[in-house]
Amino acid sequence: MGADHAEINRHVRIYLMVFASLLVLTGLTVAAWKWGPAAVGPTIAVALLIAIVKASLVALFFMHLSAEKRLIYWVLALTVAFFLALLFLPILTASNAITL
Amino acid sequence: MMSDGHHEELPFWRKYIFSTDHKVIGIQYCVTGLVFLFFGFCLMMLMRWQLAYPDQPIPLIGGLFGDARAPGGIMLPDFYNELGAMHGTIMVFLGVVPLAVGGFGNLILPLQIGAPDMAFPKINMVSYWSLFLGGVTMFGSFFLEGGAAQSGWTSYAPLADIASSGQTAWLIGMIFLITSSLLGSINFIVTTIQLRAKGLSFFRLSFFCWAQFVTAFLLLLAFPPLEAAGVLQLMDRLADTSFFLPDGLVISGEILERSGGGSPLLWQHLFWFLAHPEVYVLILPAMGIVAEVIANNTRKPLWGYRAMVYALIFLGFMSFIVWAHHMFMTGMGSTLATFFQTTTMIISIPSVIILSALLLSLWGGSIRFNTPMLFALAFLPMFGIGGLTGLPLGLAAPDIALHDTYYVIGHFHYVVAPGTIFALFAGVYFWYPKATGRKMSETLGKWHFWPSLIFMNGVFFPMLIQGLYGVSRRLADGGATYDFAGSVGPLNRMMSWSAWGLALAQIPFVINFFMSLRNGKTAGDNPWDATTVEWAAPSPPPHGNFATEPVVYRGPYEYSVPGADKDFVPQTQEG
Amino acid sequence: MLIPYVVKPRADTGLNNGKIGIWLFLASEVMLFGALFATYLMMRLGSSDWPVGTTYLDPRWAALNTIVLITSSVTMVMAWAMSAKRNFKMFRFYMLCTVGLGLVFMGIKYIEYTAKFDHHYYPSTNVFLAIYFTLTGLHGLHVLGGMIVNSYFALFGKKAYNENPEWFTNRVENSGLFWHFVDLVWIFLFPILYLL
Repeated sequence: MGADHAEINRHVRIYLMVFASLLVLTGLTVAAWKWGPAAVGPTIAVALLIAIVKASLVALFFMHLSAEKRLIYWVLALTVAFFLALLFLPILTASNAITL
Repeated sequence: MMSDGHHEELPFWRKYIFSTDHKVIGIQYCVTGLVFLFFGFCLMMLMRWQLAYPDQPIPLIGGLFGDARAPGGIMLPDFYNELGAMHGTIMVFLGVVPLAVGGFGNLILPLQIGAPDMAFPKINMVSYWSLFLGGVTMFGSFFLEGGAAQSGWTSYAPLADIASSGQTAWLIGMIFLITSSLLGSINFIVTTIQLRAKGLSFFRLSFFCWAQFVTAFLLLLAFPPLEAAGVLQLMDRLADTSFFLPDGLVISGEILERSGGGSPLLWQHLFWFLAHPEVYVLILPAMGIVAEVIANNTRKPLWGYRAMVYALIFLGFMSFIVWAHHMFMTGMGSTLATFFQTTTMIISIPSVIILSALLLSLWGGSIRFNTPMLFALAFLPMFGIGGLTGLPLGLAAPDIALHDTYYVIGHFHYVVAPGTIFALFAGVYFWYPKATGRKMSETLGKWHFWPSLIFMNGVFFPMLIQGLYGVSRRLADGGATYDFAGSVGPLNRMMSWSAWGLALAQIPFVINFFMSLRNGKTAGDNPWDATTVEWAAPSPPPHGNFATEPVVYRGPYEYSVPGADKDFVPQTQEG
Repeated sequence: MLIPYVVKPRADTGLNNGKIGIWLFLASEVMLFGALFATYLMMRLGSSDWPVGTTYLDPRWAALNTIVLITSSVTMVMAWAMSAKRNFKMFRFYMLCTVGLGLVFMGIKYIEYTAKFDHHYYPSTNVFLAIYFTLTGLHGLHVLGGMIVNSYFALFGKKAYNENPEWFTNRVENSGLFWHFVDLVWIFLFPILYLL
């Protein structure tokens, strides 16, 4: 009573396309670093942007998130909210410190 | 059929030691938690001797501690610090949480949702033994050269970075404990979502189940940053990194030979990111227990159940963004201080909603003053004092005067000791019949309750006064060397005698607990005439819990329903 | 003892127990690595002379490792697909590829680490190296953990697969989710540590 073979084959095609995209994007990451903007700010922005696109592809397609159930989405949304708090509040606090 | 049809009789070590049955694991957690509560209590009693009679030899047992800790029986300051750090660590992580979450949660949650067990029984077993290993590590650390951790339960850098090897053991112990909690929280969440019986919608869940559910999310998402911080501190201690060590640190007149570039504040942020939600982990299961006991012993539904549930969810969410109110004195600028002060004030609202709803639930009730109810009733004003005394601490301005004083210690002990621990006692008396099939003695229960209530206040109320006078916490002589604190020395002695009285008041409880196993009155399935699903199972429940899968027909608190033939209608009763 | 929804999904959530369990675990892992990224941020923003990645690190090895992990994610998801199509032989093949690529990843990490030590670059040298070693070290431990679980399924999974192929496939999927997460963390680690 395996799952629908045609459905799986369709998925496999998508996986291979995502694979190709990820390879291209990895190349793009290195290219952007070598020949991209020189200033620190834009370099970071470009690198993170590409990383976010790659991560999204992995999450949506390899991890089947594009077709997941609502409960999982809620858990992840909650996690992302707290992740952002963890990432930014210590920095903001340090930058708002009393200096002599 | 929910119970195991195979009837293969498991060998003793798989039935009682490495069991995957949530009830056995729950009892393992309860026993471990109670043992560590007792041990942590003993550590505190030693501290209280030093506070009451500074630099006098500890009577009777003073010789046991050796010259490294108490030469001539007189407590050295480092020993006092060791006792303080380990008292806090053990009470929070090895006492209250295992009892409240691992113990009561495991024992009661599957029964209250009509499930045969937790969703992942093997992982449940691993989570208990992880806790056990953590406990062994923490206890064993006392025997290391240099003693156990002694940098406060908060393990602030840079002190904790350079402390003796007991601190490394603390970090390793914490990793075991955190692993235990993470595995447990996954189990609780999946079990609550997936294994509810037919007809048991979320808003028909008992408040206890809701409390455990929200608590599990707090543990799941707040503990990992402390685990990361623990790894970083281990790196500082073992690989000579400088995550928490700033440039140019001078220790005992010598410059520390490290790369520097780190931040002690980073440790505080990562620590308190967990430790603030952790205090809600300490209180929420207690509120859950109190809610159950109050509804049952007023013979009335809980007032404002829905509001309480929404308040619980909001509280859980807010608990993640208030943490730096523990750090107001670290040189924080006014913008962020205002942010954290505001979120802290906001988070008091759901607490008040829950406490008020519990109080209002008493109005017009047919109150039965049995032992669980006495503890549950006492919880209300005690938690009230604890909560109210938190307000000036959560506001940045008054916190300037109160931070790191005895006021803080008084505040949080009010919430945890006559707060949570009283609720846990209520839970023990309430669910003991379900777990063992016997009732505890009411007489011994009252002998336990009344002195405990009096002595709890005797220990902790004067701390609020001392703190307002400015007496700092973590002083090995109790503030005796400070002029202004000299006048509160008699208070120290009164508190210590109350603490020792509190110890004596636990004797009826211990006797009751063990004696009733043999001699307690036999309890039927439902000795309290309660409505929730666990009382539909036999006392004690067999492996698999219910003979047939329960079906739920109504909400959890259908007491005194007009027209019903009894003053309670069980959730699982048809029609 | 019959615990429901181990394999079949519950109607109102549409999920089986293990799927929720693994996503909850991944949520906790997001917070774990999140704390380390927050550490990186705090260290970097508090430093006046933060070294650019290439001062100590060689991006070529790391770029190769990125491709290795991405490929291993593909073989991992193929392993799941083969199990779903009830082709155990191909499942085992792809699973062993995944483990093999994980081994390559660890091998390259070994080369990198020993190169650092040869140059006397240790975690204690400065905060950049400290956070580099800690982040990649913890990540490496996760790769190792995933490799162990995947090896177990590949080498000892036949019995479980034969008894209950649907449950087995679900467990492979859950293991895959962990593996993809580990890949995901690396996708951020690579540019952040090596390129910026």
